[in-house]
Amino acid sequence: MARTDVQLMLDVKAGDEASFELLLQRYRTPLVNFLYRMVRNREQAEDLAQEVFLRVYRAREDYVPSAKFTTWLFRIATNLALNSVRDNRYQKLEVSMDAPVTVDSEDGDERPMDVPEKHPNIEQYLVEDARKKMIRHAIDKLPEKQRAAVLLHKYEELDYAEISKILSCSESALKSLLFRAYESLRVELAPLVAMQVKQ
Amino acid sequence: MSCERMESKILSYVDGRLKESERPDVEKHLEACAPCRVRVAEFRAVSGLLDELPVIEPSPAFDARVHARVSAEPVKVSWWAWMRVSPRVAFAASMLLLASVWLGFYSHPAAPQLPWSDAKEADAQMMQDLPVLEDHDVLQNFEPLKSLPAPVGADEAAEAQQQQM
Repeated sequence: MARTDVQLMLDVKAGDEASFELLLQRYRTPLVNFLYRMVRNREQAEDLAQEVFLRVYRAREDYVPSAKFTTWLFRIATNLALNSVRDNRYQKLEVSMDAPVTVDSEDGDERPMDVPEKHPNIEQYLVEDARKKMIRHAIDKLPEKQRAAVLLHKYEELDYAEISKILSCSESALKSLLFRAYESLRVELAPLVAMQVKQ
Repeated sequence: MSCERMESKILSYVDGRLKESERPDVEKHLEACAPCRVRVAEFRAVSGLLDELPVIEPSPAFDARVHARVSAEPVKVSWWAWMRVSPRVAFAASMLLLASVWLGFYSHPAAPQLPWSDAKEADAQMMQDLPVLEDHDVLQNFEPLKSLPAPVGADEAAEAQQQQM
């Protein structure tokens, strides 16, 4: 029977390095995805995810299972992401007219668009690619705290109590935050929403 | 239930996390309120669209970078660590102690055998004999010494030496 997150973390506290490795394998993908969707830069997302694991390791001796492990883990991740987003906001983004046209690949990276000579269904490919880009753009436009709430609620499937602890707000404030976020998303994604509703 | 109160319940209703006790009131409101029904449908559509975003895998070097950063962490030393003695130091110290005890035991000379059983008595007798040994008058009248030749004076010694040369 697999050990729970708390059991693994207590074993890490006792000096078991293999338990830390298990936690790393369990949460590396969710953390990188959450951070990537927050900061929209893959390299930065991985760097932040590494920092999360490092902080977990540093805190091992003082660890007390007073809350769910995921609450603690994503609280560290959210704080790092929010700080990073605020720092990035003040950086100037220079867009070159000569820059190559890029598309979002399936792994989330932007890369130059391939000339679709041999693609069997280029129209479908472009349509799907455009949809993903539109969805990502709509999430990016959300204020960072609303974005964090949507990502934690939708992709990490954390309950309202956990998310409110992570974002340091009440459950009613969290529900209001999520409501406003979904209102913004349904407006931003109106063409796609209309297609979904009709189906 | 008002549309304003619905705001705090609509997402729970959409994602199936609404309390069973609250469900009848919400569904009753939705039956009567078209805008809220549209909102529920559109929120469901948004949730479905969010599912279309792909999951990315961490890069192949991710784990190695985490391990490298963890390994670079300084080793924490507790405040009482200075009291710990390494096994080698402990062994060397114990051997040194044994050697000291052994040397101390074997280098101490055996006490001389005295005719007196009591040490105090022996000391007392020695103290009594001391004045006798230092009394020159006694030595001059000491019988064993009378058979010895008379001591030669310094002048006589010099004449004897010249005669010999």
